[in-house]
Amino acid sequence: MASFVDDDPRIIEFDVRTDEMLVNMGPQHPSTHGVLRLVLRTDGEIVSEVEPHIGYLHRCAEKIGENLTARQWIPYTDRMDYLAAMNMNLGWSLAVEKLMQYQVSERARHLRVLIAELGRIASHLVGMGAYGLDLGTFSPFLYAFREREKILDLFEEACGARLTYSYITVGGLTADLPPGWLKKCEAFLDQFEPVIKEYHALLTTNAIFVKRTAAIGVMSPALAIEYGCSGPVLRGSGVDQDMRRDGESIYTAMYDGYAFEVAVMKDGHYPRDHEYPPVPADAVLGDCWHRFFVRMLEVVQSMDLVRQAIDRYAACKGPLGEPVKLTEKIPAGDAYLETECPKGQMGFYLVSDGSAIPWRVRARSSSFSNLAVTHELCRGCLIADVPAIVGSLDIVMGEIDR
Amino acid sequence: MVRGPGFLERLEAALPGAVTGSRLDALDPWIEVDPARIVDVCRWLKDESSVRFDSLQCITAVDWFEPDPKKAAKVAWQPHTELVYHLWSTSARASIVLKVMLPRWSGDVAGQLPEIGSVTSVWRGANWHEREVYDLSGVQFTGHPDLRRILCPEDWEGHPLRKDYVQPLEYHGMRGR
Repeated sequence: MASFVDDDPRIIEFDVRTDEMLVNMGPQHPSTHGVLRLVLRTDGEIVSEVEPHIGYLHRCAEKIGENLTARQWIPYTDRMDYLAAMNMNLGWSLAVEKLMQYQVSERARHLRVLIAELGRIASHLVGMGAYGLDLGTFSPFLYAFREREKILDLFEEACGARLTYSYITVGGLTADLPPGWLKKCEAFLDQFEPVIKEYHALLTTNAIFVKRTAAIGVMSPALAIEYGCSGPVLRGSGVDQDMRRDGESIYTAMYDGYAFEVAVMKDGHYPRDHEYPPVPADAVLGDCWHRFFVRMLEVVQSMDLVRQAIDRYAACKGPLGEPVKLTEKIPAGDAYLETECPKGQMGFYLVSDGSAIPWRVRARSSSFSNLAVTHELCRGCLIADVPAIVGSLDIVMGEIDR
Repeated sequence: MVRGPGFLERLEAALPGAVTGSRLDALDPWIEVDPARIVDVCRWLKDESSVRFDSLQCITAVDWFEPDPKKAAKVAWQPHTELVYHLWSTSARASIVLKVMLPRWSGDVAGQLPEIGSVTSVWRGANWHEREVYDLSGVQFTGHPDLRRILCPEDWEGHPLRKDYVQPLEYHGMRGR
């Protein structure tokens, strides 16, 4: 690694003489979604190499997990993907339940679907708004946060927190919904549905946005699979995979009886694509535009799932059930479970020696794998395309660095 | 899951002696692989087996070591480092778990990191995963193109996810503990 400050003027002279230049982007650059540092090797405006440097937000979450009981670690999962904390709680809870072979009540199951899908909408709204910011447009961000705020209000009413919920926990949820919550949630969905058209008008079909994203950062399905990419990044390349449908039975059982279609392009068409703007002529499957569009489709998909979950939850008359004891012993053995978080497949691996405190906990971060592919996508692009590509991966540094 | 009947037998026939054990009735069925053969096994699983495991999801190192001598006398295992590979097949939508047992220190000399072949030549995505295992658990991956620390600073000492790791008292003038 070349140093950026050098006392010897001759070396700087030498650097100027060459065509290549090292440009440091971040760790505080606003388009890096947190504290990510990218070192770009540039030849004029062309980027020949990108090297991401991560770890600025490393908090040893896995080491901490070796000193806490499984339920005590829930708040630490909140702080991984802090934009979709509900989904992270769910991932860890299910992994522990898999090892304990624990079955939550029917009511808890539907409530979990409800909450997790609302969390997905909130996360994708941030992804969309922040992506607009990356590309230099401010208004979509405000539109997205206006709606996200209402989801956070709903979450606050359900569990008391706005960002780090610890609501879904091992053995169920910490509390049932307060009275009148479902009405408010339905009111939000009715108000939210027409707003999606505004998003499409603001970004999806915006000529400048399409110019900035179509055919930029094209990722082939083979490349995505080899790097272990997942979530909208994988589906944006046309790979038909969604853990909610293809995952392990303990996770897919949660979505039993729910109707949803995986948001992926098949034979040149997205599901129900007549309701949405057409794919621009310049867009290539696997480019930034498609990754963005898959997220937008998933917002609608999640909305549908929330509606279904509301009906089912309301029809469930059984008890919610209590979460397991804080110091519940976990049977010896190991279990690995991947769930479909908004950013991709989040895996939790748990090794237990039979005591209440896990021997080893491991978080397989989806953003970590999604970011690792950056240097392949950015090779040969323009400097201005780097934020467009990194933004389209929709990473969150808290989850990458853990 | 290990899919299809005779899967293990076909692996055994293709690479005799590479599989040293298996537990197919476990929650996540796993096979234990000879450390010297890990790259061959991974390449076979990716390119030649009936189920193509085209994606590496995760590499985890588990440090089996009890620092407390009183508790260490009671445990049923010998100290070792266990590497766990979680593979996934996007076509078959199936997973498989590989486990590799390594000594905690190469040649039992404290400070000498155990070595294993890098699977970056099989899946390019293994690059960062192996860097992370090297950084936090101290396993040397031979043949890795760029084995540096990834989460901790480059001048960090020790490997934090080892059970005998001692947190430094200070780092560049910042107080630890």
